[in-house]
Amino acid sequence: MRAVAADRVWKYFGDFPALRGASFEVSKGACLALLGRNGAGKTTLLRILAHLSKPTKGEVEIAGRIGYLGHGIGVYDDLSAFENLVLFGQFGGVENPRQAATEALERVGLTRVKDGLAREFSRGMRQRLAIARAFLHDPDLLLLDEPFTSLDDRAVAVLQQLLGSARARGSTIVMSTHQIREAMELATDVALLERGKIVFSGPRSSEMLLDPGWLYRNYGEGAQG
Amino acid sequence: MKKELMAALAIARKDLRTEWRTRESLNASLSFALVILVLFSFAFDLDRDERLAISGGLLWLVYAFAGALIVNRSFARELPNDCLEVLIASVPGWAIFLGKSIACFLLLLIVEIVSLPIFGLFYNIHWAASILPIILVMALSTWGITVVGSALSAVTVNVRLRELMLPVLLYPLMIPLLIGAMELTSGLLNGNAVLSDVRLLIVYDVMFTALALYLIEFILVI
Repeated sequence: MRAVAADRVWKYFGDFPALRGASFEVSKGACLALLGRNGAGKTTLLRILAHLSKPTKGEVEIAGRIGYLGHGIGVYDDLSAFENLVLFGQFGGVENPRQAATEALERVGLTRVKDGLAREFSRGMRQRLAIARAFLHDPDLLLLDEPFTSLDDRAVAVLQQLLGSARARGSTIVMSTHQIREAMELATDVALLERGKIVFSGPRSSEMLLDPGWLYRNYGEGAQG
Repeated sequence: MKKELMAALAIARKDLRTEWRTRESLNASLSFALVILVLFSFAFDLDRDERLAISGGLLWLVYAFAGALIVNRSFARELPNDCLEVLIASVPGWAIFLGKSIACFLLLLIVEIVSLPIFGLFYNIHWAASILPIILVMALSTWGITVVGSALSAVTVNVRLRELMLPVLLYPLMIPLLIGAMELTSGLLNGNAVLSDVRLLIVYDVMFTALALYLIEFILVI
């Protein structure tokens, strides 16, 4: 069963084609690592999947509730950690947002500071709050834009643990990343974007896991054959 | 539908809560309204009839400018930490818009309710006798200002000079609403209002609310 499908998606910014006919499918419960160099179109594609941007041409299909973790942390500085999570719980249609917020704060280790304003938090605490926010409503589809970038080790551990639980629950994950090694460990499928085009899309193979550069060498720009 | 309406109310509560903590637009808007009303009362030496004649116009010009200060922050409040992205990914555009409009409506209403007695005091105008129809005119006109203002706040949220752009776009669109509100308010304070003129405000509110609810998705997701 498909959780995400993109069919010949084009996106122009002025005359510049950020995406050029990108097509792929992700099955329910799979984890797709979206790889590519800077400017390849990963963020544009994720933004389209998250309904933050419309494709110029082509179509996308998404099944279920989305959890989105973008470049910004997406939490309100003038609300407390607890208030932030209750708010996003309400947006996500969580039955008991206060209880869900309490549990989420516990999972990311922020219970002690639950009434502190997000603006007073350290960078690592804000990142953990953002992670709690994205996972709070048990989304069917997680869209993560470079989720491991600039996280401290505690936040990385929290994220890995929550990703593992989400996978076990059957959530689908699409994440763009430059951290190929971490991505390959989690991914069941891989897509490689080059200048807006998907040049490889398929299951993660053992070569990719053992040699993170394998995909770029064989399918990236300048690849032989 | 119920879930989306609850989300709209949650957004309105969130905006009011953060505004209460920061008071960034309420302080600016309220002090602007009070200062203009007080300055005008000293600037012109008007007799009673002249004061009554200009009362509606003066009040609604002040409210319109004060309203622009409030709606300017409406969507801009979502920019830090890319909260707007998360909001759009979580809630339909019309619910975001509705929540933001409700919050702006209540904030502007507070400014109006606080400044009305100051206006009465400095211009020696007795407004208490017509308080209920005045509140009706205030509510209808304020909703019109906030609906158009919130929609334009969404249009200009990513524009570099949004503080300048928003009033440039907002004031021309408010002209029919302001004319109706000014005439009705002056009439009420003079004791010769024709309340059927309220229809203009209702038509304006319904038309722009429907238009904004329909267009907001196209404005937010490009």
